[in-house]
Amino acid sequence: MLREVAIVGIGQTKYTTTRNEETYEELIFQASKLALDDAGLSPEDVDAVVLSIAPEALFGLDHPENWVVGAGAALNKPVMRISTGGATGGSAAQAGFFHAASGLFDTVLVVGTEKQGDTPDTQLILNKIMEPRYEIPFGLNAISMTAFQAVRHMRKYGTTQEQLALVAVRSRANALNCPYAHLRAKHTVEDVMKSKMLVWPLKLYDCPPRSSGSCAVVMMAGEKAKKTGRPLAWIRGLGATSTTYYIGDKLSGTTFNEHGEWDELALAVKSAYRQAGIKDPSREVDVAEIYAPFTIAEVCAKEALGLCERGQASSLEEKGHWNMDGKLPVNPSGGALASNPIAVTGLARVAEAALQVTGRADARQVGGAKTALATAIGGTYQFHTVMVLAS
Amino acid sequence: MSEELVFIPGKWEIPYHYAAGKVSSRFFVELRDNKRLLGVKCPQCGRVMMPPRGFCERCFVAADEFVEVGPEGTIQAFTITMEKWPGNPDPPFAVAYVKLDGADTAMLNYVTGLDFSDLNETSEKLGIGRRAKAVFKENRTGQVTDFEYILI
Repeated sequence: MLREVAIVGIGQTKYTTTRNEETYEELIFQASKLALDDAGLSPEDVDAVVLSIAPEALFGLDHPENWVVGAGAALNKPVMRISTGGATGGSAAQAGFFHAASGLFDTVLVVGTEKQGDTPDTQLILNKIMEPRYEIPFGLNAISMTAFQAVRHMRKYGTTQEQLALVAVRSRANALNCPYAHLRAKHTVEDVMKSKMLVWPLKLYDCPPRSSGSCAVVMMAGEKAKKTGRPLAWIRGLGATSTTYYIGDKLSGTTFNEHGEWDELALAVKSAYRQAGIKDPSREVDVAEIYAPFTIAEVCAKEALGLCERGQASSLEEKGHWNMDGKLPVNPSGGALASNPIAVTGLARVAEAALQVTGRADARQVGGAKTALATAIGGTYQFHTVMVLAS
Repeated sequence: MSEELVFIPGKWEIPYHYAAGKVSSRFFVELRDNKRLLGVKCPQCGRVMMPPRGFCERCFVAADEFVEVGPEGTIQAFTITMEKWPGNPDPPFAVAYVKLDGADTAMLNYVTGLDFSDLNETSEKLGIGRRAKAVFKENRTGQVTDFEYILI
């Protein structure tokens, strides 16, 4: 029998391209300290630490977990590194939950950092996540693997580049309300459409910035959490699915896992909704923090999450449905289109969702939010995680 | 106290030679020597996998029966890269996942012979469902780039 688990503390640093005033471990320290202070705890209160660390070539430190033990409040404690590419933060949050829910640990710190500003070559590194025999030679990277998805979705549902641009406009405008956000701007659809074409049909403004920064959350077993007197964000449901590496296996239109559909996320969220007792997510979810580093990714995710019918996310976008004053606000923080510190983008979604359901999201607060979703995505759109948080 | 921030230069230069393995080696040798494209058939579900690999992850059985596929096929997805990134060819260039005739999955390669002056027009030509054909290079070295696609 699993124990209930709540998030009792959150720490985030400002996300920017470079963090030249801190080393990798100093960034881990900053977020850990912020989260523990927020929870009113000291390092001795932590029973186990989960490190949220994505591919190390992004910041050029091999085996980085070896020098962040002290910075992550993990001295003399068990530590575990979780890595599922972009989904790392979502998986790390789930691992944190498992630690506390199992009954083996009462208080768990989940912390990670990204420092991709230390190299200019993010897309070169993301080419190296591909299959060396068959796919690396074709310049495949995160942007092109997403462009395939856009082409499929546009073909099937008639999604337009202008509709995708609206996702970027909303995300960057929301980011103006988030003090941690990297790219905060009043873009127009025209700005997005006129931005440089990178990989057709995706333009510069359809893509995320390269962000550095750190994030941490403190999770605590329920009974103990209630005694802290802190605002509690309860983890009410979670799900995760993984799928094939091979994009070419997901393009026949006859298989379950279609590259342009994110059926795996639909599968993951099904169990999360069941655990949380959510029957109609389009009415019962108050706010969603979706890991969507590209405009098309958010469209696919919202449809897979059942927040609307398949193929309807973009027409709802045009009606303002996902805006801060719309029926179901998505990414009040600006999401990954505003800040994409890859190792912790997924953890930041959990942190932001927790802030929303505890009414602590300040200028980006969705009024009366009680139930929030946090998702993450990694690999060649292979690893999907989702968490339901509630007050 | 100095406000200057110091940077330590670093570079990872690590050579690898990835063993392609027995199954893929057969594909590369056949491509190089005989200009033929081989997929691998799952002994259980019969799915012909391209690019070839040593097992079917759906049936979870080993696979080593080779089946010739293509050289023609159908485009399933494509992109046109317009930006220069280190390690990539100079833009513009197009790549597509093509399901070669006789295969059940699609394989990535460059699509050459395209005009990129109007991207909307190019993307229309490259559209999902369009037919393409594998063509083989004169000098082949046993790499995946020994062939490429052209529209037919």
